[in-house]
Amino acid sequence: MKKKLKINNISLLIAIVLLVIMYVAGANMYDRFGSISTILNLFNDNAYLIVVAVGMTFVLLTGGIDISVASTLAFTGVFSAFLLEKGWSAAVVIPLVLLVGTLVGCIQGYAIHEFNIAPFLVTLVGQFFMRGMCAVISTVSIPINNEFFKNAALKKISFVLQSGGRPKLYYYVFVALFAVLFAWYVLKFTRFGRAVYAVGSNEQSAQYMGLNVRAVKIGVYGISGFCAALGGVLFSFYTLAGYSLQNMGLELDAISSAVIGGTLLTGGVGTVIGSLVGVLIQGIIQTIVTYQNLNTWWTKVTFAGILCFFILIQRFAAVRAEKKKNS
Amino acid sequence: MKKLKDRMEFRPLLSLIIILLICGILSGGSFFKISVVEGHLYGRLLDILRNGSKYMILAIGMTMVLATGGTDISVGSVMAISGALACSIVDQRILMGLNGNVFAAIILALGAGALCGAWNGFLVAKLKVQPIVATLILMTAGRGIAQLIADGKIVTITSDAYYYISGGYILGLPFPMYIAAFMLILSLIMTKKTAFGLAVESIGVNSESARLAGIKVERNLWMIYVFCGVCAALAGLIESAGIKGADCNNCGLMIEMDGILAVAIGGTSLSGGRFSLISSIIGALVVQTITTMILAFGVAPEVIRVFKALIVIVVCLAQSPAFMAKMKGLFDKKRMVAQG
Repeated sequence: MKKKLKINNISLLIAIVLLVIMYVAGANMYDRFGSISTILNLFNDNAYLIVVAVGMTFVLLTGGIDISVASTLAFTGVFSAFLLEKGWSAAVVIPLVLLVGTLVGCIQGYAIHEFNIAPFLVTLVGQFFMRGMCAVISTVSIPINNEFFKNAALKKISFVLQSGGRPKLYYYVFVALFAVLFAWYVLKFTRFGRAVYAVGSNEQSAQYMGLNVRAVKIGVYGISGFCAALGGVLFSFYTLAGYSLQNMGLELDAISSAVIGGTLLTGGVGTVIGSLVGVLIQGIIQTIVTYQNLNTWWTKVTFAGILCFFILIQRFAAVRAEKKKNS
Repeated sequence: MKKLKDRMEFRPLLSLIIILLICGILSGGSFFKISVVEGHLYGRLLDILRNGSKYMILAIGMTMVLATGGTDISVGSVMAISGALACSIVDQRILMGLNGNVFAAIILALGAGALCGAWNGFLVAKLKVQPIVATLILMTAGRGIAQLIADGKIVTITSDAYYYISGGYILGLPFPMYIAAFMLILSLIMTKKTAFGLAVESIGVNSESARLAGIKVERNLWMIYVFCGVCAALAGLIESAGIKGADCNNCGLMIEMDGILAVAIGGTSLSGGRFSLISSIIGALVVQTITTMILAFGVAPEVIRVFKALIVIVVCLAQSPAFMAKMKGLFDKKRMVAQG
């Protein structure tokens, strides 16, 4: 167990170093890159992805995978835009969509545990289903005109710096940061959190130890669904619209962020802080690509390269650990 | 000879027939109408065969990969790469020296597919990365690479020779069907007439014991991923010939899911082991029939996903022993209540 934690830490350390290097390199290469604005914008633009990645981390920690999150996120956007258009109040809509997301997650968790079907397949079904439901509600983009959503989208803390920059931080970013902190607390200091790690390390031993594996598994998928829905709410703050094809492929961004942050896909090892770092790395690549005025697809290619690099690091570390164990 | 009912192909074939019958009844028979126009056969059934051929080809490659207990979720991106490469060459955007030679473009596109497959195989077989993660890399990067090949544009082409890949006819039947049939026969020979098929199955059941039994696991895995990459490249060629251009953003988007779905409907266990290529072909036809049916009845194409999701649920539950046991228990209880 200790050895595994070590792997994780090395991987996370490299990720943090990489993040810093990229930031410094960017700051040296371009004017205005080194400002606080850049850092704050990383959070402004990626708040929803941070939340989704937090939920994903829980699932990955148990050794599962959830590829339905992007669809759940899109569904949340479309559904809330649809309800708001009908004149529902935001105070009803937001809890409702969060509840729907959690429920969808729990159902998937139930199917995965009870019927022993591969998580990949179950959540694939979830992905198809939710994406299809988006289209059932509306295939065109629905604008959001609700006052609360508009306020949430535009209210921000602005700073005025002497150098003339005006960095700003939107309020909704705090939701994302709170989610990270809360998840970190839950994983580190609660019984549930430890059970998550235990199930991920070895499900059978966790069962023998008397842990409620079923509750843990349903729980993590529920959390993932909740986070996806919360991400959807944040994303609709960000875009003020609901569109059925939003964020295709976001689940992979979330998974890769977690992997880069040191979460092992075999389960049992990882932290939400790592996932946060992973998301920020992705954000900073995006920023550099924008500054460099490149085709946005370079973001994907670069990110995949980095992902590959981290997978290899994990792989080699695991092989070394195994050899040590055997010798 | 096994009894028909016990064969792996029985259930998927039955569902295909049922779905076709439903289509026929709902459409009042016009679904089955086949007419001859200018010496070519036309009709919904032909559409299914033509449009389904790329699913069939994908399903062949995917079946082999799934049979080893792996997954390849990069096929959609590989399709985009092969389409972008072939179209760019034919349109003389890159490699001008080839003068837009269609044949060379096809060979190079297939080569690119094989290369992508080799990369996946390298990660899975050599470095022992989980297949889903290994192919995730190419899935993320592949579409970007395709964009870079096509320079971020939608490449449209005018080449009758290239159109032929999707729109051609031989003896009144659409050309893609022949490609699919060729791939099927090739893979059937490979798996039934050589030890390769047995190797695939045993790797899927237990790769460690396969290795101890003397099967070259690494080499076989590598070959399978390369084969899957070539299949994907072929499907990409058909798709790009069908739309007369390469659209890197949408070519093969989410198609990996359809491929897996086809194999799942075919009854090949997704955790590896026993597989049947013919079942997967039937599965691909089921997927395509449902798509055609829904489109024919004027439902928004996006809604198709809901139907597909429901079908996968049924298939997965039917494949899950835990669920079947539970259902059986439920029925037994009911029977007991009824009797007692």
